[in-house]
Amino acid sequence: MSYSVSDPSRRTKWIAGIAVTLYAVITILPLLWIIATGFKSPADSIAYPPKIFFEPTLEGYVNLFTTRTRVNPEEMAALPEAQTWYEQIVRDQGQIIAGPSRYGERFLNSVIIGFGSTFLCMILGTAAAYAFSRFRVPLKEDLLFFILSTRMMPPIAVAIPIFLMFRNLGLNDTHLGMILLYTAVNLSLSVWLLKGFIDEIPIEYEEAALIDGYTRFQAFIKVVLPQAATGIASTAIFCLIFAWNEYAFAVLLTSGTAQTAPPFIPTIIGVGGKDWPAVAAGASIFLIPVMVFTILLRKHLLRGITFGAVRK
Amino acid sequence: MAQIKIENLRKDFGAFTAVQSSTFTVEDGEFFMLLGPSGCGKTTTLRMMAGLELPTSGRIYIDGEEVGQKPASQRDIAFVFQMFALYPHMNVGKNMSYPLLSQGMSRIDANARVAEVARLLGISHILTKPVGGLSGGDRQRVALGRAIVRNPKAFLMDEPLGALDAEFREHMAEELRALHDRMGATTVYVTHDQLEAMQMGDKIVVMNHGVVEQFGVPQDIYDWPASMFVAQFLGSPPMNFLRAHGLVGSGADSLALGEARITIPAQREGLSGDFALGVRPEHVRLNDSASLRGEIIATEYLGTTQIVTVRTSFGEVKARVASDQKVAVRTATGLHLDARNLSVFDAETGRALRSVANQGVLGLG
Repeated sequence: MSYSVSDPSRRTKWIAGIAVTLYAVITILPLLWIIATGFKSPADSIAYPPKIFFEPTLEGYVNLFTTRTRVNPEEMAALPEAQTWYEQIVRDQGQIIAGPSRYGERFLNSVIIGFGSTFLCMILGTAAAYAFSRFRVPLKEDLLFFILSTRMMPPIAVAIPIFLMFRNLGLNDTHLGMILLYTAVNLSLSVWLLKGFIDEIPIEYEEAALIDGYTRFQAFIKVVLPQAATGIASTAIFCLIFAWNEYAFAVLLTSGTAQTAPPFIPTIIGVGGKDWPAVAAGASIFLIPVMVFTILLRKHLLRGITFGAVRK
Repeated sequence: MAQIKIENLRKDFGAFTAVQSSTFTVEDGEFFMLLGPSGCGKTTTLRMMAGLELPTSGRIYIDGEEVGQKPASQRDIAFVFQMFALYPHMNVGKNMSYPLLSQGMSRIDANARVAEVARLLGISHILTKPVGGLSGGDRQRVALGRAIVRNPKAFLMDEPLGALDAEFREHMAEELRALHDRMGATTVYVTHDQLEAMQMGDKIVVMNHGVVEQFGVPQDIYDWPASMFVAQFLGSPPMNFLRAHGLVGSGADSLALGEARITIPAQREGLSGDFALGVRPEHVRLNDSASLRGEIIATEYLGTTQIVTVRTSFGEVKARVASDQKVAVRTATGLHLDARNLSVFDAETGRALRSVANQGVLGLG
């Protein structure tokens, strides 16, 4: 009888397959539900028992991007023909478009703050990780522990001091404030992750570059960075996901100009009750950038997670 | 190409002294071996020459210019790493042109130079390949190529054959030596393999515990070791020591090992106390009439020769004799030591006593 340690049996493969499928379904189901709700009419969205099959409509998406007012049927009749398809959808609800909603701005704020903090975090994190990895830093171990200790409590535990600090510094409700905050929160994890990745890069490569006539900075840019790309990409994904989804600080510290999408989405109030399809539409669109970013860097993410486990 | 001069070089890592006060000179065009066991400071010495470590004290001259505190990029030397350290994100050609571009050479000139060196090394066909899939030998050649393109003042190599298979090492060692002879480049080569050192080197420095034990041409070091460490480190099997207590007179040409009287080269230095008589296995003959007696306890067949281990009351002695000589284990025998090739060591300090035979090698100091 042949027997192999590394090759799983048929039965094991089946069990693994079923387990993975089950897990995927459980994880994806709420996501599908949100996406489906975005295409429902308000009545269908709160129907009980819940509707799995329904007539899709773009009402939720139109409502997400507009503010509307209700008008009398007589007034409605007096209006000229609707000019666009979305205007028609609004009129079918007995309303007219009063103007655009703020969702677009909030979404843009999320992009600026999310990507801005991720970018800043990568620059600072890579530089710090390189220094910790390569140089004789006094009290290195203590410093690294101190950096990590900032993550030993939930960040929201320091919400009050941060709120007061931001008020005194005039950072309340500013893009800069939010970028700095998310960078600070993410930096500890970044330094630790990136230090691990840079530790794995043999120092000989830089030494070879030094001897080949390059300065240490050139060696860092041209030799270390390309090889740390995998680690930087996977760390960037973690940072972006945190900054993108962060809710508590965003509620507390932003209200107007710098408000991000997460605190905005639940405040979308329809005319006459919560407009669940619009909320779901807002959440669905909100998913797209992180999904695209993650898919683009997916290869790196997988390699990043298993990095260092096996020496090539 | 250049002469490299090391003066009183020292390197401390905190409380640990990696190299203490090394002094030697690598002449222009020499193939120079830094030999020693791991942790002896040979790699640290090489890295100080390269500028990858800064010396704690002492001076390094390359071509007469003091470079001890200069960064590596300003020394105009090339370094070949044990693991080759080829840039993994560049192909073979880019790896080789990289040092040229740092000097501001145009891409066209650099490519022409790379093509020329690639031809010399026989790697023209792999210039566009990524370095990841290369065999050990090709990686080695690319690493050499990257060192050669720049026409540096000297090549520094840190166990460059250490990562290769035993079979291939031999071949690469020959190739390396042939390349050196063709280019006449000053080369400093670190190795822990004494065979490699003797086979390839014009001159050898033997280091131990951060100290230079001996410095000279391979044959002098092999024949006339300056210390018991060197005597043991070179040669396989290493030099035998017959240990005894007694008096070795200055000017004496024989000494006593128990009952036996052994003729030795006339001593220039005397000693009273513990001493060790050193003899290479090839200078021991089995001779029943010899006065030094022992019992054969093992034989090892090596093709043309065999190694016979004999137990004496002064320690075990290995003799290299022709393999057609009949040798019976567990029989008594006499040992004849070739009087021209014996060294006497001070067993306490490990230092060789000067004699007529070795004073030329050990110097007068």
